[in-house]
Parts: sequence; structure tokens; C-alpha cells
Amino acid sequence: MAKKKSKEILFDPLFENNPITVQVLGICSALAVTVKLMPAIVMALSVMAVVAFSNLIISFMRKLIPMRVRIIVQLVVIAALVILVDMLLKAFAYDISKQLSVFVGLIITNCIVMGRLEAFAMDNKPWASFLDGIGNGAGYGLILIIVAFIRELFGSGTLFGHKVIPQWFYDHGYMNNAMMLMPAMALITVGVIIWLQRSYMPQLTEKE
Amino acid sequence: MKFDRNSNGYTLIFMTVLLAVVAVALSGAFTFFKPFHEQNKRQEKMTDILYIIGLDQARLQKAAQSKGLSLNYDLIQKYFNQYIIKQLTLDNQGNPVQGINAFEINLKRELAKPAAEQHYPLFIARYNGKTYYIIPMYGKGLWDDIWGYIALEDDMNTIHGIKFGHKGETPGLGANITEKWFEDRFKGEKLFDPNGQFTGIDIVKHWKDETNKNDHKIDAISGATLTSNGVKAMINERVKHYVPYFNKLKKQ
Repeated sequence: MAKKKSKEILFDPLFENNPITVQVLGICSALAVTVKLMPAIVMALSVMAVVAFSNLIISFMRKLIPMRVRIIVQLVVIAALVILVDMLLKAFAYDISKQLSVFVGLIITNCIVMGRLEAFAMDNKPWASFLDGIGNGAGYGLILIIVAFIRELFGSGTLFGHKVIPQWFYDHGYMNNAMMLMPAMALITVGVIIWLQRSYMPQLTEKE
Repeated sequence: MKFDRNSNGYTLIFMTVLLAVVAVALSGAFTFFKPFHEQNKRQEKMTDILYIIGLDQARLQKAAQSKGLSLNYDLIQKYFNQYIIKQLTLDNQGNPVQGINAFEINLKRELAKPAAEQHYPLFIARYNGKTYYIIPMYGKGLWDDIWGYIALEDDMNTIHGIKFGHKGETPGLGANITEKWFEDRFKGEKLFDPNGQFTGIDIVKHWKDETNKNDHKIDAISGATLTSNGVKAMINERVKHYVPYFNKLKKQ
């Protein structure tokens, strides 16, 4: 593999190689935490921090890790970071950490994190790995925030908990779409994003 | 000799060192964050108790803003001390006990003791000229712990407000016990029959008659029968502990 430039490492996962819409990873949490914008943003930041720092740590250790136990080593590092993030949220963002509940802990099983460790951090330098983590975290977060924006706006008529759809609409028969609050609608939203992206970037479509 | 990073000996040493470092780092972090976690829990408890007597977050925020203050831990504690006029610890017979701080009682631990040694906290609030009796609750839902607070009006019978929390009920089903529409179903319901006998609350599937506040019945959450049963058992068992005390108060 030819060496990629830092800029490419950082920005590729945002669009061309987005972990959710192109690699279709991390869907579970994308459906679960996107009912409201605020928890989605916090979740995105948490995942970004975990991917970036686990990439960094694993990359520093990449020449020392015994190959036979590398998956376990990766899991230990991820789990430690996730527990740290969970403790941080419980201390300084208690209400949001309650809304995210188990999903912070489930970052451990998020395929994106381990996928990046295996595919990138194990054979790249620390700085590049760190950027790769930031990029992939941001790519994940971007989709989360788009989905959460759509779901909160049409599902609850609010953004960040503030009412944005004027009362006038409701008085004339407009109703919040309760379907939007269901995970099924999140999957459909993600599907629509994937469709839009592939029709805009035909090179992503698989050849028959 | 060539260094072999796949040898058994090296793998063992590597893992031991890694796990030791991680363990030390995490326990250090835990000790560091513990005071913050405890303060958050206390704040949540005070906010929940103020909420069920009618002082919700928005109202507290407004009160704080009108004085140019931000609603932080200290201010919530100040409001709590202002509106909660009495904190009692009761024994199993309904007699007040001295020397045990009601706020610090851990109900889960208390309920694990033999019945005769259990102590129950009771908070008495005064807000807008009315007295409320607040009972903390703890029980089991479908998957894990559930807990909550119930506020009774000064007849020690009518439910004024209720608030639930849970550790791991199913999102979208059992987790809905924290929603306001579920709390509202309890408001105005009675816990005693007209003769003063404790009846508790029944949570019934497809209960349509939500306007009747004297039937001791409320509608369950669809798809969350086991959580609803847990809530029912929690309310009835916990409030029952206070019946001897209420009976004494009523006689006075």
C-alpha cells in the first residue's frame, strides 16, 4: 500500500470511505443513540476519542505486541479507554450518560474501533494512526449527527430539546412522526444517506 | 539469540505488564472520579424528590435565574433544605429512630437485612402551603434494579407525584416507566380504601378507566408486563412499611 498523506488519512473516512455508509459498520449504535441530537453528539465524541487514542496506543506498541494475542491486547486497550470515557461522562455529563446508558459500554464491541486497530494501527506510525482514528470517529459522528438531526426534527419537532417547528404548523394539522423515534426509521434514514452518497459517487457502487 | 515476540514467555510477561498498567490506571481514575459520581447521585436524588412535589427542573431553573444564579449542586441543596422540612428514619414498627441520617440510607442494602432490623427513610416536604410525604422506593424490574420516589398528599393516601428510575429495562418498552405519561397515570390514585385499609396500587393490562381515581388501578405499559409488575410490587411493598407510621399520625 502506497503511503497516504496525512490529509487523506484524516478526510477519506469522512466521505469516500465512511465507516457507516461505505463500510457499513457501527450500525447498531447509529440506530440506538440518534433519537436526540445531544446524546448523538456526545456518543460521536466518545467514539472519536476511543478510536483515536486506542489507535495511538496500539500503534506505539505495534512492534511489541505478540501476534498470537493481539486481538486480546486490542480489546484490553479499547475496554480500558471505554471505561475511562464512561467514568468521565458519569462525572461531568451525568444526564447524557444516563440517556446513552449501555451504549457507551458497547463502544467496546463497535466494529469500527477494532477494525481500525487491525487494519491501520497495527502497521502504521502513531501520528498517522491517531489521525486515522480522528477521521474515522468523525466519519461515524457525521452520519450520527445527520441521522439524529432528521430524527429529532421530524420525530419530536425539536433540536437540542428546543422547539423549532412553530405552533402554527400543529394548529393546522401537522403532527410529529412517531415512526421517526423508532430504530426502524433510523435504518431507513441511514439507507437513504447511503443511496444519496452512492448516486453522487458512482465509484462506490460494487461492480457486478 | 534473536528476540522472538511470539514466544510463550514473552507473551506471558507482555500480558502481565499490560494488565497491571491498565488495572492501576483504571483504579486510579475510579478513585479520582468517585467524589464527582457521588455528588451527581446526591444531586439526582434531591432533584427527583423536589420534582415529585411539583418543583421540576424548569421551575428550579427559573427560580435560580430570577436571582441571577445558575442551578448547581449547592443551589439544589439549598432548595432541598428549604422545602424538605423533615427527614425521618423509621424502624419496622413505624417508630422514628434517632441517629441515622435518612438521606444516606441505602434502600437496597437495607432491604437485604432481616425485616426487624430494617430502617426506612421518610421525607416530609412543605411546598405552596401543603405537606407531602415522600417515600423512596427500590425493587426489581424485568432485567435489573428499579427505583423511584412517591409523594403522598397530606391525607397520606392520595398520590401527588411519582418518579421512576431503572438500570437496564428494555428501551422503548420497560424503560418507558421514566416517561411523564406513565407518571401521570398515578396522579390522584389512592393507596387506602375508604375504611383506611391499605390496598396499594394495581397495574392492569388494557385498563381503560383512567379517569376513576378511586379504583386503585392504573393502565400498564404494553409490551412491558414484567416491568409493570415490578413497579406494582415495588410501590406496594415499600409503601406498606410506612403504614404503621401513617396510622399513628392519623390517630393524633
